Amino acid sequence: MSTQDQARLSNAENMIAAIAPMLRGLGHVAVGSQSPIPGSAALLAQALSGGTMRVSILGSREQNPFTDGGRELFDCAGQGRIDAFFLSGGQIDGAANINLVGTGDIETYPRHQQRFPGSFGSAYLYFVVPRVILFREEHTPRTLVRAVDFISAPGTSAPEVYRPGGPHALVTSRCVFSFDKPTARFTLLSVHPGVTVDEVRACTGFDYAVPPVVPQTPAPDASTLALLRGDIAQMVAKTYPAFALKTWGNSIAQ
Amino acid sequence: MQAGRPVDPHPQHKVPSPARIDLRLPPAKKTPKYCRYPTGKGASIGTEKNMLTSTPPVISVGALAARIANGAKVVLPPDYSGCAMAVVAELMRRRVRDLHLIGAPVIGFQADQLIGAGCVAGIEAAAITLGEHGLAPRFTAALKRGEIEMWDATCPAIHAGLQASEKGVPFMPMRGLIGSDLLRVRPDWKVIDNPLAEDGKRDPIAIIPAIRPDIALFHAAKADAHGNIWIGIRRELMLMAHASKSTLVTVEEIVEGNLLDDPALAAGTISSLYVTALAVAPHGAAPIGLADCYDADGAALAGYATAARTADGFRDWLDRHLERALVPA
Repeated sequence: MSTQDQARLSNAENMIAAIAPMLRGLGHVAVGSQSPIPGSAALLAQALSGGTMRVSILGSREQNPFTDGGRELFDCAGQGRIDAFFLSGGQIDGAANINLVGTGDIETYPRHQQRFPGSFGSAYLYFVVPRVILFREEHTPRTLVRAVDFISAPGTSAPEVYRPGGPHALVTSRCVFSFDKPTARFTLLSVHPGVTVDEVRACTGFDYAVPPVVPQTPAPDASTLALLRGDIAQMVAKTYPAFALKTWGNSIAQ
Repeated sequence: MQAGRPVDPHPQHKVPSPARIDLRLPPAKKTPKYCRYPTGKGASIGTEKNMLTSTPPVISVGALAARIANGAKVVLPPDYSGCAMAVVAELMRRRVRDLHLIGAPVIGFQADQLIGAGCVAGIEAAAITLGEHGLAPRFTAALKRGEIEMWDATCPAIHAGLQASEKGVPFMPMRGLIGSDLLRVRPDWKVIDNPLAEDGKRDPIAIIPAIRPDIALFHAAKADAHGNIWIGIRRELMLMAHASKSTLVTVEEIVEGNLLDDPALAAGTISSLYVTALAVAPHGAAPIGLADCYDADGAALAGYATAARTADGFRDWLDRHLERALVPA
């Protein structure tokens, strides 16, 4: 492998590199089950935090501090003890509404065109965790839609609704959007290496703001990349073996 | 209306809703009393003969499954917890009908298998998924054909409903939810104005009715001779047991002594106060696995996920599976 190839990031690594800096300075980052990309980003951010960040990963044996059953994560979040969490969606729309239930007219519920697994904890955590980072590797008009068919959790709420939390950004395999709460709208923050602004427009079903100059998503420096592909990959493999194998190959698998 | 039984939000569907199906427990003579603490003195491993004492009886896996009647409302744990797969196999063998399943709070292989075998009328869960093995195919197919009722939830709402039942109160308030379409498809969930809000300040808050299952069914590493069940940190199993009218458990083994005597073990032990009956089922959570005991059998789970993509594939899998599974004593 040439030096150039080694420096090239996979889609997953681009997303990890985009998410990790968003966690800088936070005290407690929690990761849901089946979220290997945010999980990797959180472990990387923790390694770079100099021991100040706690990372809790559901489904992990070692990175899981909870001893009071499935409910503890939610009770912990409800008290404001979790600073950041990650949500995805079968559909995500331009107002940061997410759909984890299914597609098709809601009047036909529950006989969806396409059924997704279900809302998990989204309808609660989206409200109470201050910094929720949305992630979706597939960036197409099918996943990033004008309006979701079913709102598992809304992007914004009326002023009288208790809501200390909400969306902070949306990270895909092509780009990073930031979310502006007052206008309930995304702004294109950066594009990953090799991706153009026009390509993002063509692949996105919702409208969003575009600044005059859109930078490239900052690549991790050589030592950070080495950390990710070394120690962090080994840690990730313990909880997400299939993902680690796909992303970093056989040398990482336990 | 009984607290915790959801109002049918989809009256257009012809399948029976849990509000209309028979939720009665098995005949009274088969229901043990479990209202007194075991004294320890004289308590022994129960049998069918002494099931009216305070110690829950130890019965066969088949007899345990036989206590789950058609139409029962059964709460089941997620795949990462303790799944009583040997009992699930018996339920499919018996072709139990019209179960109302509750995932605490999400559910995987147990639900997909029972749905595929035609055992389920309705399901309440925050998600139905086979995890890294993908969407739950028999669930998805049954939903599309209108064969099962669905009560979509969110994880903390299931926890809140079970906690309300645990406390004997009619509902629990819960943050979030307002503006979610879950409130449209769950008319049994309400939004009220916080009666304790600061003067003049509106504070809408959702309330979740108590979820009162007929039966909690799960698998754990060990029980003692008194019927106490050690679950370690898997305390959603404790919540399930506290919230349900009765609790049926399979365990890897029954150990000597009393788990409540050792404070380190007692903290992770469900008292027999809550346990109705148990059965010994070595490897009873296979192929899903049991944390710190044995791992998931990835090949078997992947094999199921592939076979269950079609109704025919599922039937072939079920025939093979039931041949291999324990035959009830």
